[in-house]
Amino acid sequence: MRSPSTRARDEAFAIDTATAEAHRAIEAIWRIESARLIAGLTRTVGDIGTAEELAQDALVAALEQWPTSGVPERPGAWLMGTAKHRATDLTRRRKTLERKYEELGRDTERDQQVEDLDASIDEDVGDDLLGLIFMACHPVLSKDARVALTLRVLGGLTTEEIARGFLVPVSSIAQRIVRAKRTLDEAHVRFEVPRGAERVARLGSVLEVIYLIFNEGYSATAGTDWVRPALCEEALRLGRILAELVPTEPEVHGLVALMEIHASRLGARVGPSGEPILLLDQDRALWDHLLIRRGLAALERAERLGGAMGPYALQAAIAACHARAATAAETDWPRIVALYDAVAQLAPSPVVELNRAVAVGMAFGPAAGLDLVDALVAEPSLRAYHLLPAVRGDLLRKLGRSAEARSEFERAASLTENVVERKLLERRAAECAAEGMAG
Amino acid sequence: MRVLVLAKEGAQTDAAAPPRPEAMAEYQKFNEELVKAGVVLGAGRLSPSSQGKRVRFEGKKRTVIDGPWAETKELVAGYWLWQVRSLDEALEWLKRAPYDGGTFEVREISQHEGA
Repeated sequence: MRSPSTRARDEAFAIDTATAEAHRAIEAIWRIESARLIAGLTRTVGDIGTAEELAQDALVAALEQWPTSGVPERPGAWLMGTAKHRATDLTRRRKTLERKYEELGRDTERDQQVEDLDASIDEDVGDDLLGLIFMACHPVLSKDARVALTLRVLGGLTTEEIARGFLVPVSSIAQRIVRAKRTLDEAHVRFEVPRGAERVARLGSVLEVIYLIFNEGYSATAGTDWVRPALCEEALRLGRILAELVPTEPEVHGLVALMEIHASRLGARVGPSGEPILLLDQDRALWDHLLIRRGLAALERAERLGGAMGPYALQAAIAACHARAATAAETDWPRIVALYDAVAQLAPSPVVELNRAVAVGMAFGPAAGLDLVDALVAEPSLRAYHLLPAVRGDLLRKLGRSAEARSEFERAASLTENVVERKLLERRAAECAAEGMAG
Repeated sequence: MRVLVLAKEGAQTDAAAPPRPEAMAEYQKFNEELVKAGVVLGAGRLSPSSQGKRVRFEGKKRTVIDGPWAETKELVAGYWLWQVRSLDEALEWLKRAPYDGGTFEVREISQHEGA
């Protein structure tokens, strides 16, 4: 028979296990519910900061109560109800305070807020979510601030998780989020779903944020990881949600298509020892064909909505050319050149020109590509861009000019901050050196 | 992470009895919610095992066995392919499904390195 103390310990352990299990469930529920919760509350109280605090209060209450009471049947409604309660308290407290300061104008506003509270909870959550997305991605905020705030309030990520994703100190992310909320407040940014011309511009800002998150995960700009898939998944999820919220916006589908197709290569672009494998060298059997199908379907939707010439749809169309080719040799390079022509007309930039030069090199021979790249060498904005010498080195190598190619690869290696990419470029340089000896 | 959610035949899908319209509506509402949350990558309902075939491998020999099969509780009637952030998230979603009977199985799909 076990001693009473052992039994007590076992019981305590059983409780701990149950608590840990409940906490895991709560964490999962939080991930599911937090965006809707914060969105509904922001509509009610007007600012993301307060809404998030209220939502956090509700989370704390859940962590205190659910391990013993069990998870309620409708956890989302429970969290909203709890937060709403606190919101009413808070609004009353603020009202009293403001009455003291005789802020009559704002007072009426607050009165209205209490009344709005009930109405707002049961309204279409889709509009709430959209309002929150537009607010968190408001152009008044810097890109970094938009990204951090979006991941926090829409992705339900903790400050620590965001910091880990972007390899920056936790305190920087925390500060970014605090400052972002303050900026929104000071600029009196309203919780709304913009219409007409403003909507187009604001939507552009939202798409930019989602794509930034995706790219940060897809081609980590610094550090030892080549990809951070969690960020890609988060961006994809946000994109898919947005596509459901605004199904008639072609560029949203264009962006989703672009991300789905790029994400389809995640399993193929890293070798066994973590080294990057470039697109044309990838084993296409490792591509995720489910994501490719989804990407092509999203692209088709964008085109059907008349958005074939949108910047994201065009990039997706280029990615689709690769996705459709069973082998690298079957790639429709002339079509890719044509698509880059369209991109260059829409948004001319040296980086686009560089990509176009690569496609021209593939479609019409390395000499034609090199002519275009050479024209970009003097471009000031590309002076520190490692891909310029990398592309140039590649074309020179194909033309048999190994010595020149080698110094270009070496230059590219010295310019990249990504450790893994640097190794790849150094290997290219070494290969050119060997070729030079042989020739 | 990607998970496969399997509905076991003993569960709700009895091919002989089509689901009530209200049940269908509830199911559709739930499925819509999943799609709107960016969770669903794919879904499908399987035709009854009486129309299914099995292939048994024994060395070089292949034997085709016609359905239906006896172990009804283990038969898959339908599936969902979900993108979630954790197995716990999948469980929380699944618990919200509007079914009043049956068993559902959640299995993580293992991905190759780097995926």
